[in-house]
Amino acid sequence: SFSDDVSLLVVLIDTNPFFWSTSSSSLNFHQFVSHVLVFLDLIVRLSQLNQIVVIATGHNTCDYIYDSSLDTDQVTGEGELPALYSFVLQRLEEFVNKDEKLGAKQEGLSEKRASSLLSGSLSMALCYIQRVFRSGPLHPQPRILCLQGSPDGSEQYVSIMNAIFSAQRSMVPIDCCYVGSHNSAFLQQASYITGGVYVKPQHLEGLYQYLATVFAVDLHSRSFLQLPRPAGVDFRASCFCHKTTIDMGYVCSVCLSIFCKHHDKCSTCGSVFGKAQLDAASDRKRKASES
Amino acid sequence: MSSGQVTKRVKYKTSVKDAGTPGRLSLVKERLLFRPNNPNSASKLDMQFKYITNHRYTKEGSNKAPMLNLTSNQACSLFAYGVSYIFEFERYEDLHICRDFVGRALAPPVEAPNLGASSQVPSEQPSRDDLLFRARLLQDSSELQKLHQQFVGGGVLTEAEFWATRKKLLEKDSNTKSKQRGGLKSSVLGESKPLIDGRTNRVTFNLTPEIVREIFSEKPAVHRAYLNFVPSKVTEKDFWTKYFRAEYLQRSKNIAAAIAEAAEDEELAIFLKPDDILANETRRKIRRVDPTLDMEADQGDDYSHLPDHGILRDGSKEVPEPGNELYRRTLLQDLNRHAAVVLQGTPIDEEQLKDTQTVAEALERSKQERSTASKDDDSMADQERLKGISQAMTIDDLRGSNDHHLAPLWIKDPRDYFDSQQASSFRTSMEATKGSMSSQEAYGLLRESISQIKSMGLNHPIVAPEVAQKVLSVLTHNISSTKYNLGKKPGESLLDSLPTSVRDELLHHHISIEELMKHFWSSYPITTKYLNTKVIKLKDEMSKMDSQLQKLKETVQPDIRHQITLLIRPMQQALEAAMQHYDAEQQKRASKAREKPNGYS
Repeated sequence: SFSDDVSLLVVLIDTNPFFWSTSSSSLNFHQFVSHVLVFLDLIVRLSQLNQIVVIATGHNTCDYIYDSSLDTDQVTGEGELPALYSFVLQRLEEFVNKDEKLGAKQEGLSEKRASSLLSGSLSMALCYIQRVFRSGPLHPQPRILCLQGSPDGSEQYVSIMNAIFSAQRSMVPIDCCYVGSHNSAFLQQASYITGGVYVKPQHLEGLYQYLATVFAVDLHSRSFLQLPRPAGVDFRASCFCHKTTIDMGYVCSVCLSIFCKHHDKCSTCGSVFGKAQLDAASDRKRKASES
Repeated sequence: MSSGQVTKRVKYKTSVKDAGTPGRLSLVKERLLFRPNNPNSASKLDMQFKYITNHRYTKEGSNKAPMLNLTSNQACSLFAYGVSYIFEFERYEDLHICRDFVGRALAPPVEAPNLGASSQVPSEQPSRDDLLFRARLLQDSSELQKLHQQFVGGGVLTEAEFWATRKKLLEKDSNTKSKQRGGLKSSVLGESKPLIDGRTNRVTFNLTPEIVREIFSEKPAVHRAYLNFVPSKVTEKDFWTKYFRAEYLQRSKNIAAAIAEAAEDEELAIFLKPDDILANETRRKIRRVDPTLDMEADQGDDYSHLPDHGILRDGSKEVPEPGNELYRRTLLQDLNRHAAVVLQGTPIDEEQLKDTQTVAEALERSKQERSTASKDDDSMADQERLKGISQAMTIDDLRGSNDHHLAPLWIKDPRDYFDSQQASSFRTSMEATKGSMSSQEAYGLLRESISQIKSMGLNHPIVAPEVAQKVLSVLTHNISSTKYNLGKKPGESLLDSLPTSVRDELLHHHISIEELMKHFWSSYPITTKYLNTKVIKLKDEMSKMDSQLQKLKETVQPDIRHQITLLIRPMQQALEAAMQHYDAEQQKRASKAREKPNGYS
């Protein structure tokens, strides 16, 4: 029989090399992966019915790294490291190679974006969860945990918001443990909207302690616990034309697309906008001063 | 005297009958000073001439003492609205000198040309009532008073601007004078039974202006007769006697007598015959009914055959006598007419119900207004009706289809967006790409880390105990601090938990910033010099407020500093946004000025 406190945890690990190459000394990729591995082990040990899925968020692609429910991923203990760890590490390495190869193909322009493909991994996680929902009535309660460090890519605003809203619809909380330097507005919004927890740890050398205290708890037990919540949420949006983050802009009244400058036509739905009042006033001023 | 200063011995009184405090009155160019002889007396005065609205004085020929009465509307002193200051002089010459001086001092501000003032300068002179009301409002609300002192006293806003946004408050007073008219009584007053004295064969009717109004509203023919005959042909008493005689005859249902009397007296006949004005009106109304209404009756409309419905009227027993129809008036007709008049409402006020003549004239006036208004409507209505009829008579099925020129809704294929996203993200410049690492190096680093773990294994323990301890305490501190307990206890709010002085200061800052924002944003776009100066003043005040907020943040206690910061943040953001807007506008204007090579400025 299924008990309430079984969790299906989908972990999204940020493997963006451009972020990790510039990360602070308190947490480099080595330590990060170690903490995360121990955390994964913890989850698996908490309950026999717990499931975890690990998805890597790369710079050019995303992929499933580990799925505890798959037969192919069942590991047997051998060697120094516990089996789970070596398996995950192996898969991670393969993923990093794949990511690099994909990057080499596209990168004739030598552009370096610092952001990772969070929208892609969120979508993959949600698809997996949907499949679990449709598998039958007995399934653990799914949630998503984002371990992200790269800054927000404002060009991914629309896709991330779509993913957030579909997570809200399916009642899947998106938790986030942000290890980067400045707060991520997208992930704050994600946690806020879906009812998850957003934590930006102050002491990164104790990352595992944060993970174990806050994110190891299943959804049912969360109702008995008080988890830390951030003081405020950064609700800024990105404009649709330049993908810059704005807090004051123009909104199309037909399709609610956001623009930072006045446009004559909405680029999403094609509706024609009237002339802005400010322009009319400045025209009048110009005419008056010229006469 | 054309000297700059005048000093006279006077007695200062607050009212004419007051004995007055003796002292000296000094008039300088812009102020007047009164110093009582007795230094302990409290009635020292020091006022500027700009607050004096009016000056009156006693005439030389009269027997009264020479007195000068100055009324002020000093805005800063709340209790001094409309106060008059009376000074009694020793001689009339003194009075004349001071009066001339005051007259000269008061005159210049009125004659000064309004430089650059356009219609946007609120230059109304508030009435006495308005001033009194404003003073009362300021007295009632200490918050408003503080705001008023801060902005108007500090010279940032003028009185007019301050009150311009508060018209709603000021208007509340005028609304207390109810503009509502009382409605008509639904009981038929004219039906009140007269006193019938059987012995002396006298019937006494009661007549009040209200009853007169009702009679005139319900029977326009009687109204017309009144206007035409009184007082030229018949006196009022006779008129009403005839009217009530007609009423009595009607009531007695003695139709033969009615006809007989009507034949004799033409005025009586007017009262007995059906009202022709009413008849015309109803005929007009009938003409206006749209004949294209679908009046088809079906089973549902036949309610007379349902049990317990309707009253069966058998008209066979009633034999209408020929010629008498005109003189019969049924109760139903009276009731209907009364109801129609009550629903229409009353066009005259209670005050006009003084006597019959006034009522008649007032009703006549209101009727004329209505008829002129409706005459044009009538002709228009006729034309429209004809058009409507011709349109409605066309059968929809046989007409061609209407081409509705609607634009079809079109939403772009979302895939285009995502494909172009990749392209545009290549074009976007590097955001915060630190480090000179090439991608190869970066990936190499990752791989190295992974192999390191594989070879070295993990740390034992993964987290040092002290670090774990620190993290746990930080987390528990976060969770247990007050900001997470907010909203859990009903009735508790963040503001209440702050010390009162801080709270009051915060609230006051918030209100003042709101006020500043209202005035600032309403001044854009800047089209006149007046608005320009206003905006500059507001901007200075805003930077002052900003520094005040900053100081508040720094001086507050450390344990509530974070909450205060969060509370202050929206205010600071609003100020910043306003100041940025101002700077941007300045720059735009500067660049526009530079663009004109022909020397336009």
